Parts: sequence; structure tokens; C-alpha cells
Amino acid sequence: MAAARELKISRTTQTSSVCPYCAVGCSVVIHTLGDKARNVQPTVVHIEGDPDSPINRGTLCSKGISLKEFVVNERRLTKPLYRAPGSAEWKAISWDEAIDKAARRIKDTRDRTFQEKDGQGRTVNRTASIAMIGGCTDTNEINYLLSKFRFGLGIISYENQSRL
Amino acid sequence: MQTVAKLIDTTQCIGCKACEVACQEWNDQEFTLGTFNNSYQTMPDLAPNFWNLIKFNEAEQNGAQSWLMAKYQCMHCADAGCIKACPAPGAIIQRANGIVDFEHDACIGCGYCITGCPFDVPRLSSKTKKVYKCSLCSDRVAVGLEPACIKSCPTNCLSFGTRHDLKFLAEKRVSELKSDGFENAAIYDGPGVGGTNVLYVLKHGDKPEQYGLPKDPRIPWTVSLWKGPVKWLGNLVFFGGLFTALVHFLAIGPKEHKHED
Repeated sequence: MAAARELKISRTTQTSSVCPYCAVGCSVVIHTLGDKARNVQPTVVHIEGDPDSPINRGTLCSKGISLKEFVVNERRLTKPLYRAPGSAEWKAISWDEAIDKAARRIKDTRDRTFQEKDGQGRTVNRTASIAMIGGCTDTNEINYLLSKFRFGLGIISYENQSRL
Repeated sequence: MQTVAKLIDTTQCIGCKACEVACQEWNDQEFTLGTFNNSYQTMPDLAPNFWNLIKFNEAEQNGAQSWLMAKYQCMHCADAGCIKACPAPGAIIQRANGIVDFEHDACIGCGYCITGCPFDVPRLSSKTKKVYKCSLCSDRVAVGLEPACIKSCPTNCLSFGTRHDLKFLAEKRVSELKSDGFENAAIYDGPGVGGTNVLYVLKHGDKPEQYGLPKDPRIPWTVSLWKGPVKWLGNLVFFGGLFTALVHFLAIGPKEHKHED
């Protein structure tokens, strides 16, 4: 009997992760080829459902099962892009620059629109001009920190993709 | 070794196509964009790079439109027509666990297996001149994993196991369907080809054609004739001819040429 085709995930590193698409939050196993040697650039060769997850128990939908194409994709964005007001072009910027820009805008907007008291003189301490949204792949810990951050800024419009 | 099988409970299929994508992904197939043809079905038919298709069969039931989903792929027959028709030794093999697998190094691309298949599954690639079909993920099954399509299925419509166990499961499901009022619910496993290792549970088991499955799949008689009597007759004529020539040579001797003066 001829030997079966070689299993493409026989020598891969398995990393557990969460599917980024919908709010169900299925767990996936990412199979990466190449050990962690310094001269090796690891490549994702396969992604499939994580049987240990109580949410999906190894299954995935048609979008989730195609995740490899999402990770290994020429068109995938790997750098923050910035489009200046009035400009028609996106410009690649560094992460530091992107975080600085975002922080500057949050600070400026909050300083400009923070309300200490409402029309009837009641203390509200709110920033109605900023909204925040959490993602379904965020862990409880990240969502906890996001909540703390939101309270700190006085943001009242808060939503999470998990509710969609 | 026990025979492995795949159970497709068509009543639980929601047409999400996760199995289609899982198959493409695991087998590293390139996807060919099709055109919209008034159906949710991904592709009109199987292709050399598309081994697993969910057929969105439309049927009318009590005056209402309904879908009869059917997973369309290699049936891994016990008595496989493709193997019977294949003239290249070792190109199509049946593994000990019942999987009918193509060895593409040995394939000569004659396409006879396409004629031999009662389910019209193998597809000839015009690029590589070889024939391709579902391998029941024999690479995964060999190391104890389930095929990619079965792992992905979110509705438990697909199951994988030994044929014996799945038959039991299928019978249980059929009796459930019968008690739910589907009188004609039945298992479909292609009895004409010695049973297939892909089992279906059909709500309308009396009309498998509605699902795009042949009612009585049989290996074409031309293939049986060619690989049976005709082959032996051919061998007889060839070796018989050689033998007669030898007997003639020994008994009568070589033909003498008379020289004309």
C-alpha cells in the first residue's frame, strides 16, 4: 500500500487563538511551520478549530476556517495608515506616531467637550463626543481595562462587538 | 483495520459551506471565481480544484419552496468503478481503511475513471492532465485526525467514524425522523456499488434524485465488459496467436520462398 500524503501539520508549532470575525468567539489553533530558531521566519500553514474550546469544540464556519488566507495575505495591513484631513492619500506611519496622534486627539477632544455639569446644574462629568467600542476577541482582562479607561475619560457611549 | 466512513445527515445541513472552505484550505486549492446563477450554491459543479460541493437542491413540499442540501463529493465505494476502469497500475488505490485514493504520480490522465464513476465525481485538470477528487483527507485519517470537512461542520451534520458505528448512528437518526412524520426517511449508501463509505440520511429517502444522488448507482456495463471478458478475450487472442505461430513453426517449419527464374 502506498503511503498516505505527508501530513502538512506534523511538525508545526500550535498556538491557540480566537477567531477575529463575529461575536461568537470561536477558538482556533494556528499551525506555524518553522521552530523558533533565529534564522527562521515562521510561516502560518494552517488554521483550524480548537477542540478544547467549549464554544466551538473544534468546529468553525466558512469564514473562520479560511483564516489562514487572512493571516498570510499580501493585502493584509501591517502598518498603521494615516490620511491627513483634506488629503486623498493614505500614508504609512510608525506605531509610535499613530499612538501619539490618537492620544493627542483624545486629549484635545476631551478637553474641548468635557461637561462637568449639565443644563440643570447637576454634576455629570462626561465626555459625550467620544465613543468607544470593544472587540469580541478582547479578553475579560482587556475589557476590564477598557472599562477603567472609559470611566477615566468620562465616555458614556460604550459598546462591545460581543453584543452584536 | 476497520473501514472508516463519513455520515452526512442532510436534515441538519444549513448550507453554511464551512466544509467546502475547509476542504479548499486543507488541500491548498486555489479558488476559481464563478458567476452568479440564481442560486446560493458556490459552484455549479465539482472541479479539479474543488472537491466538495454543497448542492442547494430546490424542491417543492406542500406548495412551499424548500432546500434539500446535499454534500457532493467522492463516495469512496467498496466496489469502486474508478479503480475498475483505471488502466494505470497504482494510480487509484483502495486503502485498508476503505478510502479510495488517487496517487497522482502514477496517473496518466486518460480519464477512464470519470467514465467508471457512477456518481460522476473525478475531474480531469486541463493544466496538469491528471484527475483529482476528494481523498477523505487520507493524510489526516492516517494519523488519527478526522477529515477537514467533518472537523469544521458547526451543526453536527457531518460525522466521522468506523462504518459500523456510523451505520448505527444513521439508523437512530432515521427512526427519529420517522417519528417526526417523515415516513420515507432512509439511509442512502449506494447498494449497487457494494455500499459506499459515505452514508447519507435523507428525509425523502424514496427520492434520492431530488438530492442529486442516483437512485441505483451502478458501474457502467461498458467498464465491466472491457475490464472483464474483453480483456481476457484480448489476452487470449494475443497469446493464442503467438502460441499458434510457434506450433506452426515447429510442425511445418518456416515459410519457403520459391525463387522465380
